[in-house]
Amino acid sequence: MELIAFYIFAAIVTVSALAVIMAKNPVHSVLWLILAFFTSAGLLVLIGAEFLAMLLVVVYVGAVAVLFLFVVMMLDVDFVELKKGTLNYWPFGALIGVAFIAQIGLAVFAREGGNTATFNPSPNAATNTEAIGQVMYTDYFLLFQLAGLILLVAMIGAIVLTLRYRTDVKRQNIAEQTARRRSDATEAVHVEPGKGI
Amino acid sequence: MDLTINHFIGLSAILFTIGVVGIFVNRKNIIVILMAIELILLSVNINFVAFSVFSGTIQGQIFAMLVLTVAAAEAAVGLAILVVYFRNRGDIAVESADLMKG
Repeated sequence: MELIAFYIFAAIVTVSALAVIMAKNPVHSVLWLILAFFTSAGLLVLIGAEFLAMLLVVVYVGAVAVLFLFVVMMLDVDFVELKKGTLNYWPFGALIGVAFIAQIGLAVFAREGGNTATFNPSPNAATNTEAIGQVMYTDYFLLFQLAGLILLVAMIGAIVLTLRYRTDVKRQNIAEQTARRRSDATEAVHVEPGKGI
Repeated sequence: MDLTINHFIGLSAILFTIGVVGIFVNRKNIIVILMAIELILLSVNINFVAFSVFSGTIQGQIFAMLVLTVAAAEAAVGLAILVVYFRNRGDIAVESADLMKG
């Protein structure tokens, strides 16, 4: 039963991953990517790693894929132009792919033993989340903090990169507005008859 | 026949290869290149979690979380660079991004 579910999920992941790199429209690529992430989360649930599966859905589908979708739809790019000449790259890409999969296959099938069917996603704990939480904030506390630091740096970097000050638009300067006095704006002029100012 | 770690290693290898081929095939379209990198990182994550679960240790899942963090940071910074590049150049053709001749 598990094996059937695995093969269904694996087939969907493979097909959607292929569709990601072959789709004509990048928006479709992003949607296929979301399907691949969702199905991978299903695969992780299948072997009991529920916490990572939910994290995959929240982080990848909820944040990364939406970010991609946002950028793809925001940029006004001629995707037909980008797709030109892709066919020329396929033979080389396929060659690399075959070489790659052959090497990994050699490495995997040369491996001996360790091919157990028993799995334990949550050692020393009742649930997977508990097992992760037991070590996350104790043994791997510094790594956890480091991950937060990486995210902070990435956030600051993204903001600094995309922030810009435009000089061609009028902006409201509140400090200047509230510091304004009547003498700055008005002037009493005595106009003599018959003469202009 | 039961579900073994070899199934997951095989799937992850296929996914990794698709990601690498995707980088080669979509050489002009940097958005799809970034998506292919996400696929590669996903396959790495599946591998980490599978090894962790089948060996009965938790460390692999912790590391998968860190990979997830780095993937999110990489996507954010990469797309920010892409937006800035588009703002300056008006297109995102990777081939014309050789001004520094590096």
